[in-house]
Amino acid sequence: MNDASYWSIFLNAALVNNFVLAYFLGICPFFGVSSRLETALRMGAAVSFVMLVASVCAFLINLLLDAVGAPYLRIISYILVISSTVQLVEMLMKKFSPATFRAMGIYLPLITTNCAILGLALFQTNRSYGFTQAVVFSLGAGAGFVLALILMAGVREKLELNEVPDLVKGTVAALVVAGILSMGFMGFAGLGR
Amino acid sequence: MAKKTITPTDEFVKGLWRDNPVFVQVLGMCPALAVSNTALNALAMGLATTFVLLMSGLSVSLLRNFIPREARIVCYICIIATFVTSVDYLIMALSLELHRALGAFIALIVVNCLILGRAEAFASKNTPARSLLDGLGMGIGFTLALLFIGVVREILGSGSLFGYPVLPDTFQTWTVMVLPSGGFFAMALWLLIVNRIKKKAADAARKPAEVTA
Repeated sequence: MNDASYWSIFLNAALVNNFVLAYFLGICPFFGVSSRLETALRMGAAVSFVMLVASVCAFLINLLLDAVGAPYLRIISYILVISSTVQLVEMLMKKFSPATFRAMGIYLPLITTNCAILGLALFQTNRSYGFTQAVVFSLGAGAGFVLALILMAGVREKLELNEVPDLVKGTVAALVVAGILSMGFMGFAGLGR
Repeated sequence: MAKKTITPTDEFVKGLWRDNPVFVQVLGMCPALAVSNTALNALAMGLATTFVLLMSGLSVSLLRNFIPREARIVCYICIIATFVTSVDYLIMALSLELHRALGAFIALIVVNCLILGRAEAFASKNTPARSLLDGLGMGIGFTLALLFIGVVREILGSGSLFGYPVLPDTFQTWTVMVLPSGGFFAMALWLLIVNRIKKKAADAARKPAEVTA
């Protein structure tokens, strides 16, 4: 059992070790859907939800795997749980909000291969968080992901209106913006320890 | 096969430059940025990914007629996860130090979009031999890209290469290059160079055509 307090786990996951800007997890959707603020927000919400469910499932699976002594099945079972959750979110979203479903396009099923979610499950196992700690960790990670996505989308919306050399347009500009954001987040280092 | 005109050499070479996974397709960015803070980590990560690419490409290609279309993604992920688990344990057995440096990122090879992408786009439609070549080409292309980023970050960030000092002591190291933001900057730099080379080649290819027209 890890003895870190809930508050420090939350702060650590959301700001100090932000999943996107410090661990480079979930970079694909980060660049893919961060060109508009609204899509970014919905994507963030979907990812956070999957994170929460995956975190709870991963905790239970881990108990089971430890009980039967098969830790080598960890990666494969985590990824199966995650893909089922994503499927669930996809069906729910198709039913209740078809417009969002269309706006997210290919990036919705791709949440399965979002490293942030598998990363979250693996980190909470490696750090042997208890149940509540794991839930708080997943909430913090989700909040951090949404925050990074919103910041990025805001900058990119402004960037659209400016003249940028052809060579730098697109991914290169996005990378430089992400690098500067990441530098900004270094300022949180030491917080919440 | 539909692509009779493509020679086996082409399948191999395309991954190195024309369809380079990192610099051209911009796939597999997470590991490319996360573990490229030293050249050695970058190399190890590249080799591990290449192994998984090869083995999963081979398996998917061998099983392509048995896997039902509706459940194919799940099957691919299970195949990939199996090989990733073996690589994870292999690296742990070979070097505990390296395993610690790469951390969770070895397990995260499972969700590297590059591997699933190749399984879906190539191995599920081609013969095992071609899939192996394709996997090898993509894997080496990925490793080279990682190494390029890693070399820049290690030289500027710690003044060394593969752990050996290469710059004089008077060089003030750029700590920012070892930090996460350095990964973004190094990647942006290489993308810029690649874009420039491609634009030049495109311009050169267009000019003679315009003259004849």
